[in-house]
Amino acid sequence: MRNVESRYQGRVTVLRGLSLTVQEGQLAVVLGSNGAGKTTLLRTISGLIPDQPEKGVIEFEGKRLNGLDPEDIAALGIAHVLEGRGVFPELTVMENLLLGAYRRADRAGVREDLERVFGLFPRLKERHRQLAGLLSGGEQQMLAIGRALLGRPRLLLLDEPSVGLAPKLVSEIFQVLKEINRQGTTMLLVEQNARVALEVADYGFVLETGRIVLEGSAEQLKANENVQEMYLGVQKETSVKGYRRWKPKRRWA
Amino acid sequence: MFFWQLVVSGLSIGSLYALVALGIVLLYRTSRVLNFAHGDMSMISTMVAYSLLTVAGVAFGPAAVLTLAAGFALGALFYFFVLRPVKEATLLGQIITTAGFSLVLSGLAVVVWGADTKVLPFPLSRAVVYRIAGVSVNQVALGSFAVAVVAMLGLYVLVQKTRFGLAMRAVSQNDVAARVLGIPVRRVFAVTWGVSATLGAIAGMLLAPVTLVNPSMMFDPFLKGFAGAVLGGLDSLPGAIVGSLIIGVAENLFGGYVSTSLRTTVAFLIIIAVLLVRPEGLFGHKFMRRV
Repeated sequence: MRNVESRYQGRVTVLRGLSLTVQEGQLAVVLGSNGAGKTTLLRTISGLIPDQPEKGVIEFEGKRLNGLDPEDIAALGIAHVLEGRGVFPELTVMENLLLGAYRRADRAGVREDLERVFGLFPRLKERHRQLAGLLSGGEQQMLAIGRALLGRPRLLLLDEPSVGLAPKLVSEIFQVLKEINRQGTTMLLVEQNARVALEVADYGFVLETGRIVLEGSAEQLKANENVQEMYLGVQKETSVKGYRRWKPKRRWA
Repeated sequence: MFFWQLVVSGLSIGSLYALVALGIVLLYRTSRVLNFAHGDMSMISTMVAYSLLTVAGVAFGPAAVLTLAAGFALGALFYFFVLRPVKEATLLGQIITTAGFSLVLSGLAVVVWGADTKVLPFPLSRAVVYRIAGVSVNQVALGSFAVAVVAMLGLYVLVQKTRFGLAMRAVSQNDVAARVLGIPVRRVFAVTWGVSATLGAIAGMLLAPVTLVNPSMMFDPFLKGFAGAVLGGLDSLPGAIVGSLIIGVAENLFGGYVSTSLRTTVAFLIIIAVLLVRPEGLFGHKFMRRV
């Protein structure tokens, strides 16, 4: 995507001239604090904000996505795992998964992918007859990811998969994400939990107030002083009083 | 025996209210839009049936099928040409749009078909009366009850047993998630509108022997169906049926024992009473969310 600006209600500008490229096969992560525009970025890509982006071009495999309806964008092979999971609470786990494959006509392929998802998340198999609304938060996240995979996406957008989950579950889910990526699905992941995200990602972007202020490979970002300070919580100087009174000066780019 | 007589005829008319109510609830569940044009869409379909039967001289069977198709088309076209272009309107805006469409349709009916009352040629007769276990039922009441039940079963199969019905339920629970999964949400909405209008067309044709055909024929049944839907809980399909049957029976009992002129009022008194105790309706969901 190039030079994208996106607003809400035509008033609040959230993304300001943002450009980023995700290479095929990559597991890219966008880091940013609250209100940086991470969710808006994903929602703009998948067409969920009507009549946005205001400016700029979003392209997927050479095809412009601007102005397309979300269902058409999904049909191109972009799956979006929503923030807050977005499972259908009154349908069973199985029904939720099958809805992920709604567009597909190849039954054999769907069954194969179903087995693959159950292989990645054995817990979904145990609970496939339960109502999705009764699952725990982690299971719902697994369901949301599995459901997206059943559409055989070529690009998977993930909005904060770690939110509200226990640390152990978070690393479990990220390991699965890494595995899915290794099996050939390109991913763009948006995360506040920088430590876990940089652990699995190949490439990263830092988003602040609607702009990309830094990008680089996961190793470069992990080594970056400012990223360490802001997102990884590494402190170089220990404070005398045990807390910090100053805000570190950031020198991006 | 008089009591059971009233109950049976109440169930018969209640089943027609239920068809109206199902159309309203089906739309409300999927899109949260209350369709105030539902009654007038049904009326237009009935007018089409009238024209097919009298002017074009089509036999009743084919005419009924054509009418249902016309009803479906009317609903789907309304979605594509009116509601979809205003998709950025607020929910209230969309609801007002349906109210406006209702006025357009009733005006259209007067211009095309005239405001006078017509008689729809109907293959069943009210003069033929069957006696079942001491209760007498006329042919129209029995036939319309049977057709209504078949229509409800059809709707049940569509919503609960088909792939498309699964998509409809998904859209009603979380339409954003449905969109990003690539479920054809536009088509789901259009078909939902079509099915809703088809149910209305069935109700309109079955009501025609009772209310006769004129531009305001659906006014009262629409209100009763709406009342039944609210009573049963606006987001519950079984609730719409039960609520409408209760309305039908209650107003008939009241009409039989107390006063005919006040029987519409009693329907609404029941609603007020029920909603005081259960604001979400008999079968409706409480607005609760797991955190």
